[in-house]
Amino acid sequence: MEYNDHPLISVQDLKIYFQGDFETARAVDGVSFEVRPEEMVCLVGESGCGKTVTALSLLGLISIPPGRIGGGKILFKGENLLDLSESDFQKIRGNHIAMVFQEPLTSLNPVFTIEDQIGEAIKIHKHIDGEPLRERCIQLLQDVGIPSAADRLNDYPHQLSGGQRQRVMIAMALACDPELIIADEPTTALDVTVQAQILLLFRSLQKKRAMSVLYITHDLGVVANIAHRVYVMYAGVIVEHGKTGHIFGKAQHPYTQGLLASLPTRSKRGKRLYSIPGSVPNPALKPTGCPFHPRCPYAIEHCRSQFPELCDYGDGHLARCPVLFRHKQETG
Amino acid sequence: MKHTEKDRPARETRLEKALTPKRSRLEEFWVLFRKNRLAIAGLIIFILFFATALAGLFLTSGQNPVFDPAQIRLQEKLRPPMARANLDSLHPAEVPRLGIYIFGTDDLGRDVFARMLQGSWVSLTVGFVAVGISVFIGIFMGGIAGYFGQVLLKIDHILVSGLMVAGIAFMVTDWVLPGILLFILTAVLILYTVRLKNIAKNHARPAEFSFLEINAFSVDTLIMRIVDIMICFPSFFLILTVVALLPASIYNIMIVIGLTSWMGATRFVRAEFLSLREQDFVAAARALGVGNLRIIFRHMMPNAIAPVLVSATIGIASAILTEAGLSFLGFGVPPPHATWGNIISDGKRFIFDAPWLTFIPGISILIVVLSFNLFGEGLRDALNPKLRERH
Repeated sequence: MEYNDHPLISVQDLKIYFQGDFETARAVDGVSFEVRPEEMVCLVGESGCGKTVTALSLLGLISIPPGRIGGGKILFKGENLLDLSESDFQKIRGNHIAMVFQEPLTSLNPVFTIEDQIGEAIKIHKHIDGEPLRERCIQLLQDVGIPSAADRLNDYPHQLSGGQRQRVMIAMALACDPELIIADEPTTALDVTVQAQILLLFRSLQKKRAMSVLYITHDLGVVANIAHRVYVMYAGVIVEHGKTGHIFGKAQHPYTQGLLASLPTRSKRGKRLYSIPGSVPNPALKPTGCPFHPRCPYAIEHCRSQFPELCDYGDGHLARCPVLFRHKQETG
Repeated sequence: MKHTEKDRPARETRLEKALTPKRSRLEEFWVLFRKNRLAIAGLIIFILFFATALAGLFLTSGQNPVFDPAQIRLQEKLRPPMARANLDSLHPAEVPRLGIYIFGTDDLGRDVFARMLQGSWVSLTVGFVAVGISVFIGIFMGGIAGYFGQVLLKIDHILVSGLMVAGIAFMVTDWVLPGILLFILTAVLILYTVRLKNIAKNHARPAEFSFLEINAFSVDTLIMRIVDIMICFPSFFLILTVVALLPASIYNIMIVIGLTSWMGATRFVRAEFLSLREQDFVAAARALGVGNLRIIFRHMMPNAIAPVLVSATIGIASAILTEAGLSFLGFGVPPPHATWGNIISDGKRFIFDAPWLTFIPGISILIVVLSFNLFGEGLRDALNPKLRERH
């Protein structure tokens, strides 16, 4: 597949800290990634590794204080979003970048009808009202696969099922034809069959509307299905990224390898699943050197003190593990 | 996949139509509310009271009212309820409309029924206007405290608002001109700093003014401490003092009652907003580019309004009581106009000879206040999802 090389959004060395009473939590600690036009990019990582904070920062939704932007840039079409004033940012939210949240149950306002909620962004950004607005809402509901869309417009969220609510959330995000949709674990709260439907919906919408999607998830199975490129995040840093094939075929970071090894597959049927020992470090008390070294089977003394650099495996595949990189070079 | 997507609607529609409850929130509320008999009784009395007060307004005012509350008939004083008017001693124009004194007459021979009618409108408007004022202030203050509560006020904010208040204070006293000047000056200062901040985000103040940037306290602290202080005042005596200083008028009483009873609503709204602010749908609205004011008033307010409505219905009851108390003490509505409170006050001298003068308005106040309280509690039960399971 050929992509336009000019990125739509490019995050450079983004740092987001949260100030506690006694310590500073470095939730996002120097993350860089980019999403190109018409590309589906996945950001993968365990709970608590900073995925959601990264996503929220792209929309300027980190509350300051306690949050603090420690540095970096978010370039959206060449413009640094971090320099924008609040009112300028509002024109970007929903209009150019939209977000689908994790919990469809609580992300819809219980006191408004579906039409009100989908139509709101259109009213604000496109100044459309009345009958054209209604038609557009119906069209959007049809696009996200809600049956008898016209009848559903006057329903309240509590009258819809979980999957339908998530479809409505997606319709809300699509309302102003944004260039980028950030989906923050949109299938986590849904059951497996509905998950598959929502994934297919995302993929078909992305193709049909030629938009970019930043899909955040902890589910590698999902990633394999939909992503063009994958970023693996651990403890506030990107540890590996590359095309989906690279990540799944020849993962070069011990963390990614561990994640893949813990996926249930047919060949592992009946056997005990692998699990990475330990858990994600507290963002306020991160280990020195490589953040993964306490859990890493390949860790050497060097990993304790030295923050690892990204090592280039070619074809856009990079991993933040010099130990394995050197090993690979030595063995050919 | 395309095939299945096309199939879905027909297959799912029937199922979904059967499964989804087609009840709106209002219907759901009504079903729950209807089960509470006391609340229904409260609602009915409330409607009757409303109708009576409205009818009272038209029947007791104008050039030749149907029931004249001001008609004095000294020869007919202290007649008991349902007594027939003595047609021989009365001028035809003085005869009460139905030929009987439904609630008797007072010491000046005025028809108590007519006076009660007139007073019911006063009670109603005092209740609604006072509570309207208090709810308005409560929602505004509570909304700000709940939504913007974490914003820290700096020394300069406090100084500038202090200057502005001083300007207003000057304006209402003798120094009108310096007051206006001070006010305009501070307004210009505010606009200027806001513009400066927009132009250069990190513009630095000269070092000697850096103390202006010190964070003093949060908006939440400011508003909630004001609430605490207001609650500490014995508000009835505050009202008494204020009413004694102001010219006696029904509007002053409404405003004063409203201004001293907004603290409960503020606390309710703030508490609701603190929890609503963290809700996903608020984040979702922000992610769609919805502005702060729209989020507060369109997205959060309808979710926070239920407890405020409940406390408002109960607030109406207490406002009616407060007005009656003020009128009883003689600080209320000026005399020729009847209110339930001053009917009791006038009647207390004859409590053994003419008990109806105190009992009828007393019991009316009791019934109306009770009905408002029952209605308010019914509202609360029907609107509160946590209490729903009991039914």
